[in-house]
Amino acid sequence: MVEAQQMSQPSWLNESELYKCVHCGFCLQACPTYLATGLETESPRGRIALMKAVNEGRLEISDQVMRHWDLCIQCRACEDVCPSGVPYGNLIESTMDRLRVHRKIGFVPRLAYEISLRYLIPNQRNLAIVFSMMNFYIKSGLQKLVRKTKILKLISDRLERLEKMTPSINGKFFRAQGQFYSADVEGTEKIQMLSGCVMPLTQGDQMRAAVRMLNRANKDVEIPSNQGCCGAINSHVGGLEKAKELARANIDAFSKGNDSEPIVVASAGCGARMMEYGHLLSDDADYALKAVNFSKRVVDINEFLDQSKLQPGEASIHKIVTYQDSCHLANVQKVKDAPRNLIKSIGGVDFCELKGSNVCCGAGGTYMITEPEMSEAVLTEKIRNLADSGADIIATANPGCFMQLDNGIKAAGLDVEVKYVTELLDETYKQK
Amino acid sequence: MSQSELSEINDLVADLKNIVGGGYVLDDKADLLVYEYDGSIDRGSPVVIVLPASATEISSVLKLARAHSIPVVARGAGTGLSGGAIAEQGGIVISMARMNKILEVNSDDRYAIVEPGVVNLDLSTHVGPQGLYYAPDPSSQRACTIGGNIAENAGGPHCLAYGVTTNHVLGMEVVLADGSVTWFGENERDGVGYDLRGITIGSEGTLAIVTKISVRLLRSPEHVKTILMAFETIEDASAAVTGIIGAGMVPAAIEMMDHFCIKAAEGAVGAGYPEGAGAVLLVELDGLFEAVEEEYEEIEAICREFGPLEVRVADDSLEREKLWSGRKGVLGALGRLAPNYYLVDGTIPRTKLVDVLRQINELSERSGYPIANLLHAGDGNLHPSILFDERKPGDVENILAIGSEILRICVESGGVLSGEHGIGLEKQDQMPLMFSDEDMATMSLLKIAFETEDLLNPGKVFPTGAGCGDISQARAIARVGPGAYI
Repeated sequence: MVEAQQMSQPSWLNESELYKCVHCGFCLQACPTYLATGLETESPRGRIALMKAVNEGRLEISDQVMRHWDLCIQCRACEDVCPSGVPYGNLIESTMDRLRVHRKIGFVPRLAYEISLRYLIPNQRNLAIVFSMMNFYIKSGLQKLVRKTKILKLISDRLERLEKMTPSINGKFFRAQGQFYSADVEGTEKIQMLSGCVMPLTQGDQMRAAVRMLNRANKDVEIPSNQGCCGAINSHVGGLEKAKELARANIDAFSKGNDSEPIVVASAGCGARMMEYGHLLSDDADYALKAVNFSKRVVDINEFLDQSKLQPGEASIHKIVTYQDSCHLANVQKVKDAPRNLIKSIGGVDFCELKGSNVCCGAGGTYMITEPEMSEAVLTEKIRNLADSGADIIATANPGCFMQLDNGIKAAGLDVEVKYVTELLDETYKQK
Repeated sequence: MSQSELSEINDLVADLKNIVGGGYVLDDKADLLVYEYDGSIDRGSPVVIVLPASATEISSVLKLARAHSIPVVARGAGTGLSGGAIAEQGGIVISMARMNKILEVNSDDRYAIVEPGVVNLDLSTHVGPQGLYYAPDPSSQRACTIGGNIAENAGGPHCLAYGVTTNHVLGMEVVLADGSVTWFGENERDGVGYDLRGITIGSEGTLAIVTKISVRLLRSPEHVKTILMAFETIEDASAAVTGIIGAGMVPAAIEMMDHFCIKAAEGAVGAGYPEGAGAVLLVELDGLFEAVEEEYEEIEAICREFGPLEVRVADDSLEREKLWSGRKGVLGALGRLAPNYYLVDGTIPRTKLVDVLRQINELSERSGYPIANLLHAGDGNLHPSILFDERKPGDVENILAIGSEILRICVESGGVLSGEHGIGLEKQDQMPLMFSDEDMATMSLLKIAFETEDLLNPGKVFPTGAGCGDISQARAIARVGPGAYI
């Protein structure tokens, strides 16, 4: 518990941002955790009220208070509907960062937390070792054995649940080594592409499909070396310093010899984080300007392909397809039409809008691991709507959403496939 | 808090948990804190919050409250603008968040039965595919609940042609203060006898707690046309409104926004309002295709007389939605112009628009506080919003005084204290501006007929004390506290 004295010290919150909230309540129905619970404490307005109360010295930061902030998925749907323009993302990010000093966490979770955030996510080589081990675990039949014997249940329910989230490894790792993929067209534009952290390891095939689509749109693609995680995961869980470090590394990696080419991003969450490097590094004398320039170059792949007027291939897909908005694409990048336009452009597709498509699926980066109960509550409603939609395929634009939807579909036994929009487009070019 | 008070609260919490289940009773400090506000300026902390799932549970809660002599305040989404859902005297807040089901839709007889926690817009979205909708559309419709709408008799832009909440509620199940459950009005049609339904609507939770509602559904119009008209000055825009109404026309809605609102709304949603204009009108026509087109020509001709800077028509639903999104979000968007606003809700005769707006403008210039004007102009419902910064010493006191003065202007020009937000905590002390002691005594007789203990949302609607404008001002300030969060 913190002393009142300490709390009345200069706030970690930007007051002019905090007091923009006039508590009109327009955010309530956009918030997945409010929809799941009906509780004001689990709403954006409630979370802001708690920040204000702490800021004004009317409330101490207790475990209960932290719970309400921790339960925020940070989907930022509230920001998209807020008439006052409250930058909720900034507020919750700096709150999470501040909370690190208040947390009482057991030794083992703390170790797992520190190792993942300091040595795994930011380091492609270490992360690749982990995913290689996972790949071995799945392919060797060990996973089957573990699931059949339910051995993990003996240790803890939580561990068993975690095991179920083991991502499948799709194809070879996609490593960022400065490679160049030519569109084989003369006088074409060159773009740079983010490889990222988890996606290139678990979804190498999908990354390669994304590159092919950029080539189809007549763009040469470079994957700069020395790039890495965008910092989103660190900033969500309260590690702004590490996030800044990662941001600086990426700015350097993508600015070697050229600082004007578009930086295309195939995972919506990373794109959103990178678009806000300008804000993240605004206090950094050396990087503030570079970060603003960098952020301007960042563009989501769906937006980029839609603007490039990519024409799908000749093969048609005779399926009912729906689309789940990736929160950070819709709410932060404000890209809502582009993925839908791309899907609808595919021959044979019967597009249907998913009820509540703009409500989060509960993935939230590491949220599905750290807050499994709420994550599942939010996912359940999503899967119910998906079942009602009658769709054969649900498309999305972010690896977190992809895995979460995939887990939900499997658990519910639905006959629905999850695909990236770019993956669907790629299929139209394949010979049947 | 004394030891005996604490132990009584602990008993109460334990009993409440027995009624609704442990997970649906909240009494942590953080919980109490986020249930102390609504969409406006007042604040009051409950002792405990309970989330019941049925009328039976609410009945038990009310019986328990009576046994403990503790006040009960029902709460929808907490978007109200007059403090109606504020637990000013502490007590139990009953959140309707779990009672949010649409129980029945009868598209042939065009009614629906809903629970009070159903979100206003969700009902229209739900019945939309059947060509139906629920007409009252407060600007907060995507968050506010039908139950809350009933408490405040909420309006909205389209109440010009379609009427306010009371015109769309056929009947409702209520729990009375003694815990008995009964039904006011009819299920499927208008009732006979004393209109207890009508009395309860707008009573702000002081007479009964509504647990089930039968609402009228309307057939979606065949054709809708939304017209944006920009004028150089707010006087021109007001004159155009008077012209339209004077010609005997009743569009579905006539909304007006001044240059402050235009700026804020543009910043928020980019609805495409021309930024140089002194005021814009948003006029909506609906009905049969030919009738709408005819009406449109007539209205356009009237407006042309007042030299509009621009007339723009939205025919398709996307364009219309864009024009409306600016209007519906404008209140929250005022947060872009100043850290705080104080929205005043009053109604005047439409012929007095120009005169009253001039007086408000003078008040703004005299006091130095900008006042943004958004109006349901068609029915003379004003929403002057005073922009201020709560952190500046004296601002809160000053804007409350200005608000009070605006209401005096409204009443003096033949208007009323509230168009659609209710009296609540905000305007109770201004009631004597409109009502004589005899009027008020008659109203209290009605309240007494429902309950004598004064436990249902006490301290609302009726003046709390001397009933003089100046004193009420002091009381308001005492309640909020100088420099307090408002």
